[in-house]
Amino acid sequence: MSGLQVVFLIAAAVTIFSGVMVVASRKMMHSALWLILSLMGVAVLFGSLQAGFFAIVQILVYIGAISILIIFTVMLTRRMMDEGHPGLIKGWWLPALMGVILFGLLAVFISTWDNFQVMLNELPANPENLAGFGAALVDPAGYVIPFEVASVLLLAALVGAIYIAVEGKEKAG
Amino acid sequence: MSFWRDPIVFIINWVKGLLASIPWGPGWATTVGFVIGAFVLAAGAMFFVVFLIWYERKLIGRFQDRFGPNRLGPYGLFQPIADMLKIFTKELITPVGVDWVAYNLAPILSVAAVLMMWAVTPFSKTFFGVNISVGILFLIAVGGLGELGILLAGWGSNNKYALVGALRAIAQLISYEVPFVLSALVPVMLSGSMSLVDIVEAQQPWYILVAPAAAFIFFIASVAETGRAPFDLAEAESEIVAGYNVEYSGLKFGMFFVGEFLHAFTASFIFVTVFLGGWRGPFAEEIPVLGLAYFFIKTFVVYFALILFRGTNPRFRIDQMMDLNWKVLTPLSLVVIMVIALVNRLLDGSAEWLRVIILFGVNMVIILIAERLIRGGVKTTGPEIGSRQRPVASPDNVFIHPGSGAKG
Repeated sequence: MSGLQVVFLIAAAVTIFSGVMVVASRKMMHSALWLILSLMGVAVLFGSLQAGFFAIVQILVYIGAISILIIFTVMLTRRMMDEGHPGLIKGWWLPALMGVILFGLLAVFISTWDNFQVMLNELPANPENLAGFGAALVDPAGYVIPFEVASVLLLAALVGAIYIAVEGKEKAG
Repeated sequence: MSFWRDPIVFIINWVKGLLASIPWGPGWATTVGFVIGAFVLAAGAMFFVVFLIWYERKLIGRFQDRFGPNRLGPYGLFQPIADMLKIFTKELITPVGVDWVAYNLAPILSVAAVLMMWAVTPFSKTFFGVNISVGILFLIAVGGLGELGILLAGWGSNNKYALVGALRAIAQLISYEVPFVLSALVPVMLSGSMSLVDIVEAQQPWYILVAPAAAFIFFIASVAETGRAPFDLAEAESEIVAGYNVEYSGLKFGMFFVGEFLHAFTASFIFVTVFLGGWRGPFAEEIPVLGLAYFFIKTFVVYFALILFRGTNPRFRIDQMMDLNWKVLTPLSLVVIMVIALVNRLLDGSAEWLRVIILFGVNMVIILIAERLIRGGVKTTGPEIGSRQRPVASPDNVFIHPGSGAKG
């Protein structure tokens, strides 16, 4: 067993365990912290696949920005410290069943895939991959339309947020 | 390679040879080598803070017309060591009702986040931790971990002041990340790489001459990221006691303290790396140890400016801090990026000196226009408070009787 496989197993175990703890822990704040650990595990997986850029972006976007926003919203939530409420909702079996079915389907499909047994290939360590990724984002034959649509969506969200904030201020004043 | 030209790499190679001579499995020598390197760099940085604390206290003392520490050792050099020993012996008090994991993880995260920035910075031509292709993004991502540390400290302490301080700190850090990232894009654009090693290699001349406006924004944003005066709203003593670290004592408080000093120094050497040419200087290519010396000299010059900034500016109000960020620095950095990209493309193929001069001029024009727009006809002279005549101690003071020895 190579060192990379050990890293993969540890990272995968940490990711899955903390993913379970996100829904299993009683305090919402702890759920948010477990979520951060889970996302960090995914960043390690990206790193072990020689996708350093995605590992860094995973930390930058998900841990640096999104998880902090989640913690903000958790702080604004009522009853976040409450440990008395039941941990399960009514009809919990339905999502659990769906999750099991989805996992089973994915496992079957991936294990019947031809390249399932192929070991990890070492990529040449050149930054051309990243440059190709950047070019594909602005290439008309590549992903320019999804990229631009996502930008417009974000812009709309930004304008909407400003609109809501300004309206609140006028009512108060 | 001789020892005196590059002692650090010489020692590193010697240790590598030593590790390679031990018969263990393939790859383990590299792993152990990296662990030793990380440990030495981190320990060195932590000990270096002892000197930084003395330097800063001495300078702040001079700015305030005091002596600063001058009792222990030559020029008071041993004062921080005594303070450090005192903080080791203090009791670690854990308040009732803390969130144990968050409370104890926070000081570690806030130091580790800063130390991780040392891993990607090139200290000389040959001496750097790793050369990753996304160095600048790594710096920003790791800064996000520091924010997480502050948030955990504020939340885990179970204290209102700590929580308010942490929320202020997060609001400030997230906001100032925007102009920080945008102005860091300019060197990335000019050098065509995000790796800090490549950015330093490409700086011919220094980028502060090519893009002074971006350097200016980057400097202010990195001061704000370190959270020191005038951006120290997160620990405004007169309003919220000491902010997020109010419930910490002993060594745990010491970790935050060390983290803050180390962050200020790290911010100055990142500024040096990105805009002041890093280790570049005469003969630094041939003799790498000279590059190390240039790097630290430049860093201490920037660090001096940072301390001068801290020692002479009053604290911002929170709305002023936000206004400066969102109404001035962010639009300014967007304009700077667009103008530099355009001008740089138009001057493609022209002589290097012409390109530098035109870009410098364009940047200066941007700064001047921004300054005009901000000021917008507002009078800068406020109402005069008090009289123009300064009270001066003179011998006819009523408290000094004539003939008591004080002569005019």
